[in-house]
Amino acid sequence: MNATSEARAPLLEVTGLAVSFATESALISAVTDVSFKVGDGEIVSIVGESGSGKTAALLGILRLTDRRNTKIEGSVTFRGRRLLDLPEREMRRIRGREIGFISQNPMTALTPVHTIGWQIEEQIRVHLNLAHAVARRRATELLDEVGLPNPAKALDLYPHQLSGGMRQRAVIAMALSCNPSLLVADEPTTALDVTVQAQVLELLRRLRLNFGLSIILVTHDLGVVDEMADRVLVMYAGRVVERAPADLIFEDPWHPYTWGLLASIPPLHGERPARLAAIPGTPPVPTDLPKGCHFAPRCRFRFAPCAETPPRQEDGEHAALCFIDPSGRPRLRAQVLNPSSGQAA
Amino acid sequence: MIAVIVPRIAQMLFVMFGISVVVFLIFFATPGADPSARIAGRNATPETLEAVRKDFGLDRPLPVQYALLMKRLFVTADLTSFANRGQRVIPQIMDAAPITLALVLGAAVLWVVGALVLGVVAAASRDTILDKGLMALALIGVSMPVFWFGEVMNLLSQSRLHDTILFSWVPSLGYKPLSDGFAPWFKTLIIPWFTLAVLYIGIYARVLRANLVETYHEDFIRTARAKGLGPLRIMLRHALRPSLIPFVTMFGLDFGALVGGAALLTEVVFGLNGIGRLTYVALQSLDLPVILATVMYASFFVVAANALVDIAYVGLDPRVRSGG
Repeated sequence: MNATSEARAPLLEVTGLAVSFATESALISAVTDVSFKVGDGEIVSIVGESGSGKTAALLGILRLTDRRNTKIEGSVTFRGRRLLDLPEREMRRIRGREIGFISQNPMTALTPVHTIGWQIEEQIRVHLNLAHAVARRRATELLDEVGLPNPAKALDLYPHQLSGGMRQRAVIAMALSCNPSLLVADEPTTALDVTVQAQVLELLRRLRLNFGLSIILVTHDLGVVDEMADRVLVMYAGRVVERAPADLIFEDPWHPYTWGLLASIPPLHGERPARLAAIPGTPPVPTDLPKGCHFAPRCRFRFAPCAETPPRQEDGEHAALCFIDPSGRPRLRAQVLNPSSGQAA
Repeated sequence: MIAVIVPRIAQMLFVMFGISVVVFLIFFATPGADPSARIAGRNATPETLEAVRKDFGLDRPLPVQYALLMKRLFVTADLTSFANRGQRVIPQIMDAAPITLALVLGAAVLWVVGALVLGVVAAASRDTILDKGLMALALIGVSMPVFWFGEVMNLLSQSRLHDTILFSWVPSLGYKPLSDGFAPWFKTLIIPWFTLAVLYIGIYARVLRANLVETYHEDFIRTARAKGLGPLRIMLRHALRPSLIPFVTMFGLDFGALVGGAALLTEVVFGLNGIGRLTYVALQSLDLPVILATVMYASFFVVAANALVDIAYVGLDPRVRSGG
């Protein structure tokens, strides 16, 4: 932190992250060669279908996978410290204190036998060595901050006494309890009602504004990306197939998989199509990945070269793994995103 | 809390009443059998049969017979045996119950503590050599029959190794009441406690380990790790309590059954004249009043132990509290 060379270094830098799980028969690779940076106050979104390795990548960064059967490779640098090389003890001091974690399902994310207040206080006291009364006051403030009505009373409620949205707020309050600089959220709104989703996203945006939080937001919902993200990684079968600043993902997407994702959500503006397009097929299972481009079997534009590993096309911050030539890209893309005009042309 | 306990106790009393009715009907209203002949025992004279009929009011309607029996069991406590002429039944049970209770309570403390330690250590070190070793040990404990293990303990402590420093403190078989002093009481019971507990330590440790391993797959354990908590804290404050429900359920059933007479083998091997042995002897001489009383006593204990277990759930799991 004192070194001038680190002054401009990003908060978190992930390089060549690979996560693989050992099973009885084989080593399954869930995440391959994931690299990205998160700057101060930035929201980076990781998008992809279920099973694309989004969650595994997050758990790998935090080293929350089961140590006995997981291999994490690459490098993760957080505030100048290489997380993958830290002893577990040091890592524990970073988890919960400097990096907050929000899991996907608020219904099961809290220990059922302790009150909300107890669980928040526990985290505060483990990291900050505060007196019970001080920790409790802080917990009340946090619950108030995340918009839980009657926070003093909510402290003494058990998780099952709160609705899903309220539980997710409590989980967020807990993640924030030690003033982390990075929040890692694994599909924080997937399990929630649409109206509650909007409230939780609004809350996250406000927290970024008020506390300068950086957020890694994993989601499969491009609507969420559009509202929240500064930069986007699109993951498919454990690889980042495209990464770009958020506006470019919507204005000039490169990868056919990204086109498919975009075509499968109702447009936010303009006329709605009668039928939303779905990407045919299902994501490959990690034990049986197709050779070459992993997306090729589901890609309507595949051609002979796709049997080989696709090259990285790069233009500044925008990159994608694909064989499609930049010159032919707009025409093909139009076939997916504007099917009516595409056919006309 | 009270809102859960009061109805549960009312329910318990209702079940006890139901059991007493069923037990009564089995003994006194089985079609095609004369209850007086069975109560009087083998080769009873006609005079005895007549006395039994009069004594139990068998010439009167069933509800009256039931009320009379309950009165003699619980109010006047003067139910008498005919097989062992003139022996009062209730005092026999009152003599035997403390012995069984002392045996089972002590063993229960041992097996609960032992199983908690074993289960937690095995789950914490799951899939390592330590875990596998402990679980193999537990399996051996489960597999050893209590009568064999008890006799081996007796052979070692009373005979082969009795003169060595290891077992010279062991008193002769039999029970010494607590009123004779704590030390002799304690010494006579150590080996029976251990013998009875070994089986249950094995079962309970294995069940607890399995439940803990399952709980470790829950999201909230991942949350706890993401909070930066240490492994010991996660185990004791987050994983253990939600994993204890099956443990407590089994404890209620086993404890009730053991106090109700299922500790028979241990009692016989160590010469402890408890409820199990009393029932066993009564069965041999077909002493029906004693059997009836012990059956009633045993079932009441099972019911009461289960009521206590349900109340313990309330302490363990807050979801039961509001749900009840």
